[in-house]
Amino acid sequence: MTLADILASLFGDAHDVTLAGDSLAGRGTLPDGGAVHVLGFANRAELGVDQAIGLAARVLDIAKTADRAPILFLIDSSSQRMSRRDELLGLNEYLAHLAKALAFAEQAGHRSVGLLYGGSAAGAFIATALACSALVAVPGADPAVMDLPSMARVTKLPIEVLQQKARTTPVFAPGLQNLVLVGAVAEVWDPAQPLSGQLTALLARPADGDRRGALGKARGGRAKASDIADTVVASATAHG
Amino acid sequence: MSALSAMPPARLSWFEAVARQRLAALVDPGNFEEFIGPEQREISPHLQVFDLPAEFDDGIVIGAARIGGAPVLVAAQEGRFMGGAFGEVHGAKLTGLLRAAKALKRDVVIAFDTGGVRLQEANAGELSISEIIRALVEARSAGARVVGLIGGRAGCYGGGGLVAGCCSTLVVSEQGRISVSGPEVIETNKGVEEFDSQDRALVWRTMGGKHRYLIGGADVFVDDDAAAFRTAAIAALSRPAGLDGARLAAEQARLERRLTRFGADRDGRDVWRTLGLADADAIPDLATEAFLRQADPCRETADDAR
Amino acid sequence: MEILRFDLAAPTPATGARKMALVGVVASGNLEVLLEREGPADRCTVEINTSAHGFKALWEAVVSDFVSRRTAGGLRISINDGGARPDMVSLRLAQGVRLIEEAQS
Repeated sequence: MTLADILASLFGDAHDVTLAGDSLAGRGTLPDGGAVHVLGFANRAELGVDQAIGLAARVLDIAKTADRAPILFLIDSSSQRMSRRDELLGLNEYLAHLAKALAFAEQAGHRSVGLLYGGSAAGAFIATALACSALVAVPGADPAVMDLPSMARVTKLPIEVLQQKARTTPVFAPGLQNLVLVGAVAEVWDPAQPLSGQLTALLARPADGDRRGALGKARGGRAKASDIADTVVASATAHG
Repeated sequence: MSALSAMPPARLSWFEAVARQRLAALVDPGNFEEFIGPEQREISPHLQVFDLPAEFDDGIVIGAARIGGAPVLVAAQEGRFMGGAFGEVHGAKLTGLLRAAKALKRDVVIAFDTGGVRLQEANAGELSISEIIRALVEARSAGARVVGLIGGRAGCYGGGGLVAGCCSTLVVSEQGRISVSGPEVIETNKGVEEFDSQDRALVWRTMGGKHRYLIGGADVFVDDDAAAFRTAAIAALSRPAGLDGARLAAEQARLERRLTRFGADRDGRDVWRTLGLADADAIPDLATEAFLRQADPCRETADDAR
Repeated sequence: MEILRFDLAAPTPATGARKMALVGVVASGNLEVLLEREGPADRCTVEINTSAHGFKALWEAVVSDFVSRRTAGGLRISINDGGARPDMVSLRLAQGVRLIEEAQS
């Protein structure tokens, strides 16, 4: 789905979302009358310090509004911007700040729903898509931690070997289906149905904490994470 | 009691120490209880397919302890195992620890030593970073402090750098590095002109402990000495706690101001000159006391804005 | 990965009261050794996980030497090997026994 398709399927004409550079911002109204703040990226945008601080400013502004409207974060990005300047200026703090801002906005009554419609990788993926309180995708989205050729270079394994191993486990290779299986992506929406209905249905379900571990266990992509985390909490509580 | 190492020697290099030695030096003696210790054998299920050896604790030691008498939850990454990288089990141990911190309103001290996410388990590792961040933010919002210590050979890279950016206080030594993309990754993607990963001095001017301290990316600068890290952790555990709208607004202002002040600077030396340091070229060679004397009057701070 | 198991007669039992000890890390040229108190005082079991295939005889020699010379009885020893040389293996085994016999603080 293109960005235009997505906006039309969500809001029809009832939105003022605009693209400035590769950044999206605006508001939309769902068929049921619910208002939605919209933020995000287009065109496989890179996430550098400048983009991150601009997005965070918008998130913090939304957090201050009293409307308790959710934030829809539309994502077609590449990775974090890989440059000397971004690291010199402390990119880790800017990305962390954005993730904190999204968490804070949720606490202030503005749930965030990330909608992956293109790419998203590495640090950008963590600070945006994964930092939303729920993450969904449309078919054709291609999230990744790292592309397979780069992984082959870093691990010093032939790419054919990686491809073959990727057939046996969803735990490392890029791709939407793998990220569904490990629990990162909650739902893949049906482009043949109005996205507005699918968003409304999601928002109707209570936001009840970080359930991605349980999801990964149920889907078989992460068999251990959920139980390990629970055991640690139990041990710490027993210790007192 | 559990498997920490024997009594620490008189002076322990944090950089040279393994995770269990760091914890032994950090915590009050006789108080450490490990959670999911090595005898549980909760190893990574994903390394065998790559013919890679596992470690019984999957490269992170977690538990409960006291530091300076105060009860804390502690974690130390083993930078020598898979570069201290986050995998499914490794990440889940830290996620659980931070969720416990929220439930118990207990402070946390994390000794980072990580190259980021373990590629052999990339999706699980990446997702664990997000789960850790979410749990960390909730713990801090509930009033727990999360203190990060950075000075190991793997540094604090990738997703680890993002977790560090969510901590309430960061303690760093000269050996520490904090970054998202590593030097090799920048060079591979953007070319050697953009970043010569073999230029160690450049790496440290861009990502190293002294630079982070000067630009406000870290809060406390210490010697490569476990005792110094312990002293700094104790002090950090009595700093104001909490994470609210006011603090995030202050951080927004601080980070915007940083771009205005230093956004056109090309190199760490340029940043240090902009800060007003008399002899930027001499900074890398200064010993700790001399460095702090120069740095403290003019560095950027992040107090109550992190 | 190759898993090697040895179950040996141990002439001298390990002393001390610590239930377990851990030495070393899994890194290139290194290994981790987990020692636990298990089994009869006159036997020692050693299990090794290693990605270097075909070195069983060498491991057997190192382990047998260790068990015969040191206070190894009553111990279950588990090893994750990062490609360590025999002298490093011997060092870690000796460090491990010293640690498990150390007085508790």
